[in-house]
Amino acid sequence: MKLTATALALMVDGVAYAMILFLMSVGLTITLGVMRIANLAHCGFAMIGGYLGFMLVSKAGFGVILALIVSAAGTMVLGAALERTVYRWVYTTGELGQILMTIGLAFVMIASVNLVYGNDMHALPLPSSLTENMNFGAVSISAYRIFIIVVSTVIAGVLWAILEYTDYGARLRAAVDNPRMARCVGIDVPRMFSATFAGGCGLAGAAGFLGSPFLPLEPFYALEYLVPILMVVAVGGLGSLKGSFLAALLLGVVDTLGRYYVPALGAFVIYLAVCALLLWRPQGVFARGGA
Amino acid sequence: MTTDAQASRIVRDAFSRHPLSWIDALPWVAVAGLYFAAGTYLPLGTQVMIAIIFALALDLALGFGGIATLGHAAFFGLGAYAAGLYALDISTEPISGLVAAGLVGGIGGLIAGPLVLRTRGLTLVMLTLAVATLLHELANSFKSVTGGADGLFGYKIAPVFGIFSFDLAGRTAYWYGAAVMAVVFFLCKALVNSPFGLAVRGIRENQVRMRMLGVPVISRLVMLYAISGALAAVAGGLSAQVTKLVGLDSLTFTLSGNVLVMLILGGTGSLYGAFLGATLFVVLSDRAAAVDPFNWLFAVGIVLILAVRYAPQGLVGLIEQLAARAGWGRGRA
Repeated sequence: MKLTATALALMVDGVAYAMILFLMSVGLTITLGVMRIANLAHCGFAMIGGYLGFMLVSKAGFGVILALIVSAAGTMVLGAALERTVYRWVYTTGELGQILMTIGLAFVMIASVNLVYGNDMHALPLPSSLTENMNFGAVSISAYRIFIIVVSTVIAGVLWAILEYTDYGARLRAAVDNPRMARCVGIDVPRMFSATFAGGCGLAGAAGFLGSPFLPLEPFYALEYLVPILMVVAVGGLGSLKGSFLAALLLGVVDTLGRYYVPALGAFVIYLAVCALLLWRPQGVFARGGA
Repeated sequence: MTTDAQASRIVRDAFSRHPLSWIDALPWVAVAGLYFAAGTYLPLGTQVMIAIIFALALDLALGFGGIATLGHAAFFGLGAYAAGLYALDISTEPISGLVAAGLVGGIGGLIAGPLVLRTRGLTLVMLTLAVATLLHELANSFKSVTGGADGLFGYKIAPVFGIFSFDLAGRTAYWYGAAVMAVVFFLCKALVNSPFGLAVRGIRENQVRMRMLGVPVISRLVMLYAISGALAAVAGGLSAQVTKLVGLDSLTFTLSGNVLVMLILGGTGSLYGAFLGATLFVVLSDRAAAVDPFNWLFAVGIVLILAVRYAPQGLVGLIEQLAARAGWGRGRA
């Protein structure tokens, strides 16, 4: 009984972590899928969203949901502004240049955040209703994990509905599948991409906010969690939202279970798994058409 | 549109030979001069030389082979741990220790190469990153071998050739580093001018065409990757012997990123960029980190963005342009 209770609690932890990873990776996978830009500063947007939310809750006294919306919107505006300026340069360089420029941007974000907030670790101050554990018989689960899963499922659901049922979603899917053909039939791919880029930044900001109780905010956040979301995108297949979702679930749960059951190996399990998966299918495990 | 003149320039740039010239004497004149001028900064000079060797190794893979890697610290760390363990368990003799480090790095490259180099683009970058992170986690987990977060320490290094013992002021380390740097540099020089060097430069320019010409593309790249890995491991081994400490930081993403920044600032594909970039980066970061590490990061970020935009050929490119404008030198531009 005890064993299954632990396993269940771990699964919930794993899924909550996975949802955060998924929200962070959405913007990245679309950027890669449509514009073929490796945006290594993407995790920086999650960090900025997290810090914005932290400010709003702890200094301005906003409620959690309102702070979430405002910080996501703030990150979105910043993303749009940078897309209009710095990223114009990024688009024109080669693969290596993109990597270097976006790493440079991540460095600037790290230094700026440090300038404003210092290099202490910050976590979101939660209302007491979210810090308690909920008890289901023998199983005790943190209320905040449930909150994360619910909120991010709602966000993911809205995202799915937009992509599946709206005109914008259809255009975006067309652009991901075949950018040249989409342009030929009159879709303004660059402009649509600008909007999507900003949206992706907003989602990352929301994820940074939601995840901050267990992915604590500190200046090197932008590089710290970049590796897991890059792994999610690579395993999920570039440009595939469904792939990212499945990959995030797989990696989030494997990582959480691995750290608990084989603590001696630490994060080793997950990197080994990713290497094996990528060698098996270099285009991403969940990519359409396979390898 | 490329005109014939432009096209021939591109070809000339891509396949120009890198003969020895008077410029090649400059680093060694500087090394000798700095020995007398550096005073208490002598150990910093040694650090610069270690960084130059590391950047030279990366230049082989990235500048000449076009292998975009974000995980070259994997080899540096392999070499550092190999040299540290060699000194602890086998022998304290330094030169055989460096050879051992290089061998371990080369074998590492031969193992990782075939896996990583089958892929292109972002997957390649991701795999190099994943391999390096994997090694970092491995070193962190197997504390009995690597000392975990404490690292390896408490080993001794015997005098070079049994004569020159490593002193506290770092004089022996300085000359030892300079000698290793010279060996590595002339090795690189010979390599890029060899038929093998021309083949990998061809692969960098156009893989498909080289394959059609009958060049075994993957095995050439794996060979290059292994050589580059071995030299990076020599840099790591040198660092382990000189500082008498091997830590987990020798395997981090930060180190992979730093060496990439050095090379990009200096300029890729000429071997000289490694000297300029590494010297500038290590000296400036030493000064800036003493004041405020985060302002340094800000500056590096801005410079990186501007350099990719306005000086994609790095400092070497800028100098060549200036030289061409002044109407002297080889005037490649």
